[in-house]
Amino acid sequence: MTAVRRRRMAGPLFVAPFLTLFLLLFLAPLGYAAYLSLFQNRLIGGNVFVGLDNYTQALGDPQLLHGVGRVALFFVIQVPLMLLLALLFALALDSGLLRLARVIRLGIFVPYAVPSVVAALIWGYLYGPDFGPFAQLSHDLGLPAPDFLSEGWMLGSLANIVTWEFVGYNMIILYAALRTIPQELYEAAAMDGAGAWRIAWSVKLPALKPALLLTLLFSVIGSFQLFNEPNLLMKIAPDVISSSYTANLYAYSLAFTGQQVNYAATVSFLLGLVIVIASYAVLLTANRRRTP
Amino acid sequence: MPNFASASTPSPMSRRLFLSTTGALSLGAALTACGGGDSGGSSAAAKPVGQADIDKAMTTPTELTFWTWVPNIAKEVALFEKKYPAVKVKVVNAGQGTPQYTKLRTALKAGSGAPDMVQIEYQAIPTFTITNSLLDLRPYGASALKSTFVDWTWGQVSGSDGEIWAIPQDTGPMGMLYRKDIFDRHGIDVPTTWDEFAAAARRLHKADPDVYLTNLAANQVAAWHGLLWQAGAKPYATSGKSDITISVDDAVSQKLGAYWGGLAKEGVIGVEPDFTDSWYAALNKGKYATWITAAWGPVFLSGSAKATAGKWRAAPLPQWDTAKPSSGNWGGSTTAVIRSTKNPIAAAMFAQFLNSDPASAKMFATEQFFFPATKALLTDTEFVGDTPSFYGGQKVNQVFADVSSTVNSSFQWPPFLDQAATDWTETVGKSLADHTDTVRALGSWQSRLTTYAKNQGFTVKGS
Repeated sequence: MTAVRRRRMAGPLFVAPFLTLFLLLFLAPLGYAAYLSLFQNRLIGGNVFVGLDNYTQALGDPQLLHGVGRVALFFVIQVPLMLLLALLFALALDSGLLRLARVIRLGIFVPYAVPSVVAALIWGYLYGPDFGPFAQLSHDLGLPAPDFLSEGWMLGSLANIVTWEFVGYNMIILYAALRTIPQELYEAAAMDGAGAWRIAWSVKLPALKPALLLTLLFSVIGSFQLFNEPNLLMKIAPDVISSSYTANLYAYSLAFTGQQVNYAATVSFLLGLVIVIASYAVLLTANRRRTP
Repeated sequence: MPNFASASTPSPMSRRLFLSTTGALSLGAALTACGGGDSGGSSAAAKPVGQADIDKAMTTPTELTFWTWVPNIAKEVALFEKKYPAVKVKVVNAGQGTPQYTKLRTALKAGSGAPDMVQIEYQAIPTFTITNSLLDLRPYGASALKSTFVDWTWGQVSGSDGEIWAIPQDTGPMGMLYRKDIFDRHGIDVPTTWDEFAAAARRLHKADPDVYLTNLAANQVAAWHGLLWQAGAKPYATSGKSDITISVDDAVSQKLGAYWGGLAKEGVIGVEPDFTDSWYAALNKGKYATWITAAWGPVFLSGSAKATAGKWRAAPLPQWDTAKPSSGNWGGSTTAVIRSTKNPIAAAMFAQFLNSDPASAKMFATEQFFFPATKALLTDTEFVGDTPSFYGGQKVNQVFADVSSTVNSSFQWPPFLDQAATDWTETVGKSLADHTDTVRALGSWQSRLTTYAKNQGFTVKGS
């Protein structure tokens, strides 16, 4: 084998493991879902090719539209709050002014290590309207207990759980990005007479933009796929969280409760499309802002 | 994927092909020898398998796989293996209830990985017979067991053409557990009719606003079905392969809806989801004076409300008509054989032995504290004479054994129970929790189920 040929082979060889996994674990299931979404398998009558019927049905399905609408609302409210918190923590840690910085950093990050299923269970207990600690406390104070699991509070209660889980994770990404900013920039800014706030605003924030964008993208994907938390709180608030509360939950119950595997594939496919569009929109707006 | 169609609409031909290709030749011959009068194709009884074939199968080294979530079932399995040393049974816990069914469904669709025998609850049997996934146990002598089991359980495992789809394992005839101390404190007599029950609910809550007579869980469709069952409702009736009658909002259902919806709206009963932290705490702290439950309830409660030991007693359910006492069932399981098994004889013999062998059946009652499905155990003085201190020395098993004989035997389940359950929670259950019109919610349940059934290709009658 000549050196040139060997060099020509090197690229594909390096990419091969990724491509294999990508094909097997991503494209193949995606293709299979697309294939499934063109059929309808009934309990009586078997499997029938229905073309795009499932898609027409899904686009006019109020349960799906409400589910997507709900996660969109969740995204708009929860994500900015969470990222702002993560940013504040990251800046505070990076400022070097905090005592016990390591302990605090770990403390904020630890909730991410708690599996979301466990977290949702714990919060479900804390939210309890009778014997939960918040309820007990307000009972002792003679106040009416806040009903965190009611229709009006539920989205906020879910947002709280998700924020608690992911602030630390996002903080670590932002904090790591802050650590890569060259020290000279700070020195130069200080020479120009900038204080800590000014440095944060004019030096750190612009340098953080790629990292912020990354966390934002993760959050788009995470929000639209909201599943574990509502699925678990459903057990204790079945009258508030329906089987179509979020789009992902809807796809799951279609497949495993209603045996409507094909329609579930359609819903998942459309949900994936929504996420792609939302991610693209986020990227586009961010890029436009970056280039004046 | 290409198997989906053939799996859900089998013909005698495909079954014959299937059996011969899986190597069960002698059985295939027996099954296809069913004669010409068979119009439906899936119903005619096959000829019994001869004793010689059974003896041969039970002495040939075989490994069977059994999916079950019964804890420590190895003890019962060992009895079987002792009797048939050639047959080894591998016990697999594939999850409890729905998670197991989901895995089973996936394995069946994939065409591999399904077990030989499976634990299945009564209400889930039609869900698997509609896809032709269970083996009719008649050719293996299961008919002879009919008199062994409580009559209504036999109705639950039998198909519309007399097929025997599974062997009963345990049951859950419904009764009422109540707090004697709370009843005594407020001078309440144990209600024997639902009218007395409603009056007691109002009186108790008025006397002590922190206490409710009971909790009707807004997520517990099984309890609702049990109460429907007691009231003599026939919410689902199937005839033929694809005809179904759905009547979850008929007169009987509306009577129940008005009754429970009314009590919930008045705020004199609780409606919180059961088997949650908050519910356990409520039972321990005396928020509810009764638990309307099933025969497995007494043991369950004594383990989860230890703080209240000695204060509980058991009684039958209040009645709609005291002249004709009746009850429903909530829970309980069976053992079924998956049609795709390569060892149908050994698997069928296992399902029968496990649940009808006197030693094995008794072990379920004494080791796992299951409420028996065999008539012999329900009159066994050792079992019904038990006097647990949690219930103040009352013969609780006797109470439920008496209830068991009053369970209505004609109740049927739909072939899509999971969907019925989800729809119930989102309509009727929600109306209870939200204190809105339960009778109207029954109508929504009916229309959601009807739409679903039609979409699935059923011919829906009477709606």
